[in-house]
Amino acid sequence: MAILETRHIIKQYAQHRALDDVSLSVPTGQIFGLLGPNGAGKTSLIRIINQITGPDSGEVLFDGKPLGPEHIRHIGYLPEERGLYKKMKVGEQLLYLAQLKGLNERQAMDKLKIWFEKFDIKTWWSKNVEDLSKGMQQKIQFVATVLHQPALLILDEPFSGFDPINANLIRDEILELRQQGTTIIFSTHRMETVEELCDHIALIHQSHKVLDGSKRAIKEQFKTHTYRVEYQGNMGELPAAFATTAVGVTDDGFDRMDINIPPDAAVNDLIRLLLDRVSIRSFGENIPSMNDIFIKAVGKAND
Amino acid sequence: MSIILTIIKREYLVRVRKKSFVVMTLLGPLLMTAFYGLIGWAAIGSISQKNVAVIDQNGQFTGKFKPDEETKYTYLTTAPTQAKTHFVEDGYDALVVIPKAVIEQPKTVQIYAEKSVGGSLKNNIERAVSKQIEVIKLSRSGITQQIIEDAKVNVDAETISLSDQGEKKTSTVMTSIIGGLCAFLIYISVLLYGTQVMRGVLEEKTSRIIEVIISSVKPFQLMMGKIVGVGLVGLTQFMLWIMLTTSLIWGGSAIFGAKMARDAATARMSTTMSAEKAKAIAKASEDPGMMTEFSAALKTLNLTLIITCFLFYFLGGYLLYSSLYGAIGAAVDSETDTQQFMLPVTLPIIACATLAQFIIRDPDGPLAFWMSMIPFTSPIIMMVRIPFGVPAWEIALSMALLVLGFIGTTWLAARIYRVGILMYGKKPTYRELSKWIFYKA
Repeated sequence: MAILETRHIIKQYAQHRALDDVSLSVPTGQIFGLLGPNGAGKTSLIRIINQITGPDSGEVLFDGKPLGPEHIRHIGYLPEERGLYKKMKVGEQLLYLAQLKGLNERQAMDKLKIWFEKFDIKTWWSKNVEDLSKGMQQKIQFVATVLHQPALLILDEPFSGFDPINANLIRDEILELRQQGTTIIFSTHRMETVEELCDHIALIHQSHKVLDGSKRAIKEQFKTHTYRVEYQGNMGELPAAFATTAVGVTDDGFDRMDINIPPDAAVNDLIRLLLDRVSIRSFGENIPSMNDIFIKAVGKAND
Repeated sequence: MSIILTIIKREYLVRVRKKSFVVMTLLGPLLMTAFYGLIGWAAIGSISQKNVAVIDQNGQFTGKFKPDEETKYTYLTTAPTQAKTHFVEDGYDALVVIPKAVIEQPKTVQIYAEKSVGGSLKNNIERAVSKQIEVIKLSRSGITQQIIEDAKVNVDAETISLSDQGEKKTSTVMTSIIGGLCAFLIYISVLLYGTQVMRGVLEEKTSRIIEVIISSVKPFQLMMGKIVGVGLVGLTQFMLWIMLTTSLIWGGSAIFGAKMARDAATARMSTTMSAEKAKAIAKASEDPGMMTEFSAALKTLNLTLIITCFLFYFLGGYLLYSSLYGAIGAAVDSETDTQQFMLPVTLPIIACATLAQFIIRDPDGPLAFWMSMIPFTSPIIMMVRIPFGVPAWEIALSMALLVLGFIGTTWLAARIYRVGILMYGKKPTYRELSKWIFYKA
């Protein structure tokens, strides 16, 4: 089941096509990583999902129905460029933003109390936003984004501006929200967080979708059938089918080698071959990191 | 709808709670009252009478100058050379010497004063002398004083405006003042609150909260909420100003009135003060003068019409301009960049303010007519004209055009606004702005 679906979205600005035939399907209850280099078209897509702008052609479906004003209250959006009214009190501001999302004042108040206790920020209620530190403001903005309990949460670089402790706090909240069934679209450049959090990934590059699928499937797709072995002894010549790279010595004095096997070959054959020749210290498959995949996919698209 | 109300509420409360709002609300009436007080003080001060000594060598002028509130005359028989050295010590402000041959050579009259003589005193004396010469010459040719008196008919034209309810006397001065005041209030409010809308939009843009907000509400809702919210702030401030000013002026008038009455009383009792001066002060304090004339003028004017029109043109003018100011705020990134776009928007308002004085002189001329039809100038210019009486069809047409005008500017502004609020970086050119208008949503 997909909570959100975009079909053949095209968005054209005066000289520049920001999105070209982008179709995506965001599975319900997952963390969906929306990746791409700067200027790829992520923000344009996010703005279309938030109904800030509309596509020139194509359609967006929310829960299977065409996206409309009634869906605004089911979406929470944390833009990359954060901002709050500087001269407004924290409590009033959060109440206001919640009311814009369709909550009435009492509902908003009840929900705010829970969050203020959870983040232990009750003393901030009547402070002006400009009197808070940047990290504090980020926390307030996060609360403003999730307060109305949206079914779909769109977070654009949610960890920027947080120190490691608060970044962890926010990460735990994101995971808890997923636990409760919230779908999260997660736009970021930080591949280690993608690695850690995302279930599903789409990569947009130069207005086109170049990669889309579950994290596991994508890693499968990008793996090179390369295995790293660390050993002692004399390896000798390997059969021609096995290409060796990155031959060298580890920090603690073992020999090291990356061995690429043909896609149809069995790993066990390689292991048998090695057992006969050297004493193995470790053996494992080189799984591509998200960083490698990102660079590879973008590089390939550039060619 | 409830979302727009939420926005209006925020925009209103945030501004009304500001310290600057409270300060301006309190300071405005104080300044106005101080201004009024200054005028009152000046009015009392100007009552002081000039004491003029006259040496009549001709003999036909003694007792002929009529004393009034400004000047009184004392006739001396001393020689001019002697009087010249003494008249200041004797308490005279000026000395007039009328030579024997004045009838034949009127230019030989001399006025002496310690300081240079004020224009009005010189005029008064010259008029008095020439009038007397006229009388003398007429009677020489056989026309008696009686005939002259009979021939004097005092014509004091009254301005009467014709309306359905019959003839009514109006005071041109008061009409001008009321028209000017209404126009001035609209002028101030459009500039003051229009730029507040602009700053509000700019604030949302520079603080980057705009993206969060318009992911919840439509840009048009946000823009209208802000415009209405700030407009209500303006109305609140005006109401408070009017209430505070009226009460302060009432209080002030009571104090001034009491002071004038006291002056009159002491003047009556005092023996050193001349009878004329006492009379003049007593007259000033008893004379209903300005206040009566003002309230009389108010009674003759169609107040309901003026107030209704004032509210309509205030709202229309404010809506028209504030949407344009809002679009400017959306188009640029910082307050310094607004200047380029402010000028063409502010120009018609300033033109109205400068041309209003000509409109007052000729409230039914072609300039007045056309400026009260064009929506960019009609809110101010029509308010100048309305107290003088404007045909109903002209008011109706002007109002209809204003409504069309602000629907047009709001539409235009909304198109620029929705694109501009998400644009950062380079200051747009007029060409780019016009492109934004035609962007698809």
